[in-house]
Amino acid sequence: MATLKITVNATARTVELDDPETPLLYVLRNDLGLTGTHFGCGLSQCGACTVLIDGRATRSCVTPTSSVQTRAVTTIEGLGSPERPDPIQAAFIAEQAAQCGYCTSGMVVAARALLQQNRRPNEAQVREALAGNLCRCGSHARVIRAVLRAAAGGR
Amino acid sequence: MTFSRRDFLKAGGVLVVGASLAPSLARAQTIPNADRFLGKPLEADRVDAFLAIHADGSVTLFSGKVDMGTGGRIAMRQIVAEELDVRPERITMIEGDTALTPDQGSTAGSYGIARGGSQLRQAAATGRQALLALGAARLGRGVEDLETADGVVRTKDGRASVSYADLIGDKAFGVALDPKAPLRDPQRFRFIGKSLPRPDVPAKVTGRHKYLHDLTLPGMLHARVIRPPAHGATLKAVDESSIASVAGAKVVRIESFLAVVAEREWNAVRAARQLRAEWTGGTPLGDHATFFDSMRASTIVREQPITRRGDVSALDSPGPGVRTLSSTYRWPVHSHGSIGPSCGVADVSGDRATIWSSSQGTHRYRAAFARVLGLAPERVRVIYLDGAGSYGQNGAEDAACDAALLSKAIGRPVRVQWSRQDEHGWDPKGPPQLLSLRAAVDERGEVAAWETRAWLPVSTANLPHLPFLAADAARIPQAQGRATGLIYQNIDPPYQYPNVDAVVHWIPDAPLRTSPIRAPGKIANSFAVESFVDEIAALAGADALAFRLKQLTNPRGVEVLRKVAARMGWQARPSPKPADPNAAIASGRGIAYVHYKHDETLVAMGMEVEVERASGRIRVTRVVCAHDCGLMINPDCVQAQVEGNVLQTLSRALHEEIVYDRERVTTVDWQAYPILTFPEVPTIEVELIQRLDAPPLGAGEAASAPVAAALSNAVFDATGVRLRTVPFRPERVRAALAGRPA
Repeated sequence: MATLKITVNATARTVELDDPETPLLYVLRNDLGLTGTHFGCGLSQCGACTVLIDGRATRSCVTPTSSVQTRAVTTIEGLGSPERPDPIQAAFIAEQAAQCGYCTSGMVVAARALLQQNRRPNEAQVREALAGNLCRCGSHARVIRAVLRAAAGGR
Repeated sequence: MTFSRRDFLKAGGVLVVGASLAPSLARAQTIPNADRFLGKPLEADRVDAFLAIHADGSVTLFSGKVDMGTGGRIAMRQIVAEELDVRPERITMIEGDTALTPDQGSTAGSYGIARGGSQLRQAAATGRQALLALGAARLGRGVEDLETADGVVRTKDGRASVSYADLIGDKAFGVALDPKAPLRDPQRFRFIGKSLPRPDVPAKVTGRHKYLHDLTLPGMLHARVIRPPAHGATLKAVDESSIASVAGAKVVRIESFLAVVAEREWNAVRAARQLRAEWTGGTPLGDHATFFDSMRASTIVREQPITRRGDVSALDSPGPGVRTLSSTYRWPVHSHGSIGPSCGVADVSGDRATIWSSSQGTHRYRAAFARVLGLAPERVRVIYLDGAGSYGQNGAEDAACDAALLSKAIGRPVRVQWSRQDEHGWDPKGPPQLLSLRAAVDERGEVAAWETRAWLPVSTANLPHLPFLAADAARIPQAQGRATGLIYQNIDPPYQYPNVDAVVHWIPDAPLRTSPIRAPGKIANSFAVESFVDEIAALAGADALAFRLKQLTNPRGVEVLRKVAARMGWQARPSPKPADPNAAIASGRGIAYVHYKHDETLVAMGMEVEVERASGRIRVTRVVCAHDCGLMINPDCVQAQVEGNVLQTLSRALHEEIVYDRERVTTVDWQAYPILTFPEVPTIEVELIQRLDAPPLGAGEAASAPVAAALSNAVFDATGVRLRTVPFRPERVRAALAGRPA
């Protein structure tokens, strides 16, 4: 059993793990109750598990928890809440940019990473930034509009 | 060997027993305190099955139809708000819980609103009449002097009123659905027809929405099922010492049903990867490379004429000036491709079971789970919780059965999470389809005869449910057979050709387990029919739009086609488009039309594409769709469904094909089975036709049907090359451009 200290959504947390290499995804969901980060493939292929690590969009399903002990992890829950959505989440709501919503957390987080690097991306840049996030329901067009809306200050 | 509760105690596991299980059920509800409704009426002909008005005037709506992300969660509220006359925000909705909701049939076939919503609408309308009658008695006035307004019955002069809460709060309506209860005047709709925002979206975009996958119960173990390396293989031996290093992990085995369980999910994953097991035998799968040939050569179970009119002898003995044409279209096996692999949670203890599932048919599967568990159906409760989107029957029911068998075996709540490889490898698949078409075209360019022959895997008659993987592996008897959905519809053209023979050759086998997948059969059938219409138009030197309109009598069909043409700025000319054969990129346009099942939603779709000749890559630049599904409860939700149909089907047509070897599926991740990505998404323009006075016809599937044909027609217009086999991957397109068979 290993004791690991990690910082998630600006809060220091301690977790006890049988395997310190446990992917961050399982720690977030099962130890910290942050279930907004979703399991999609475990192969870094779909983006449903995307979180920010030091501001970079990262696949938590292949990120060993031991590797993030000195780094800042931000999950979808750390961005905003239904009552106080962050600007990207507000834009997703305005565009009704989700169907089943299972892939949505990862897209919102990926969009946050994009807008931190590039405050006014064009449409091609938005598409490229989300190229690794898969959606099966076909909400893509709304997601693109939502990210552009957020980039334009919500308009 | 079977792992028991006692074994677990011996192993030092933390076991939460007895009394703690009961509250866990309430905790698992998405609606707090939903269990206070247990024992309520469930018969679908009773108003109380659908609606309850509470002492505070709020309303609970009980829906047997569920919302997999399609918008039913707001649309059903809008229907009740309109007909019962309450504000939608006063309505709470409970979906798909077999103990609390009426059985309205599976959420499938685009019938969620068309049938489920219409039933609900009549319940709410009946409820409003009951409230008016109660109000008349309370106020001492005739019903004709009364009206309703936002949860109140009042006199038309406004002088006296009584709230719904005072009239019936927390009491039963006690009345049957009245099919004649008057519906609200469409001209005065306040909620129906409005694009109200969906209540689930804020929680979904902030990570607060609770999915089935997020459910935990006290004492719950995480499980992973180990499927055999070859279909139908028998488990010979398991080496439990191979997982000795994984803390708390245990093997559960029932015959050839093999799983590992652990307190911690990652330990279950590790144990599943590490476990050494010996398998033997299996049932070889067919040869993937030749399966279309084997479909055509198959024995025929039954011939089913779909349309037979006139005389098609011109096909075999064409008269002077008559030209004949024949083509074969092929549609491969597809996965539902849900982004979240299937999950199931079950708590089986003693003679009771509660199963949480994202099944689209919780009511239907309740009896199935009961049979497998050896319980009476009334002892089994299936509760719907959202999963990742499903588009037919993915692995959800199988994962639920996995969890139920494991929970029964070990006496603790169990959560089974399928891996990505499990989902791609083992979800029941969309069946393959093979269609051969022939036409005779007379000297005026008219279709003198049309023939469709479709080779389709047959659904087993009266199959109670799709056989569970787990039950077969555990040697629990269950009815065997396959389900494919109503895949014979729309194999015949929607145009008034005088001489048509469209027949299905039902074949007994399919390469893999099958289940209905979105718009079952209609996508491939429309792909064949509407591509072939285009081929005929090209042979006749006719414009593809004019050629369709000439023989289309349905005015609503004409309207959607004309709307698309106007929006696209359609230039009348034959295909292919005259082009420089040496240009690096060829561009073109195509159009297709479907009258879904010939009596439901009408859709026209135009598409503009660019084909990169060197690579064979197709880029879809623009999709224009006109869509008439009758009454739209929530137009924005309809629009989202149309967009989803377009993009999902483009993905299927451009990229997707399940491949297998003699033992198992080999395309078991997103690299081997790629789907559409953001950079590929075209501009989508949708024109929705609202018909407030017409019945709703359904929007969940129809717009997927014309997609592949519009795409193939556009590629033909651009290049003069006809793609008849899905998927249209670059290597296939390149081969076709080079004149090799496509």
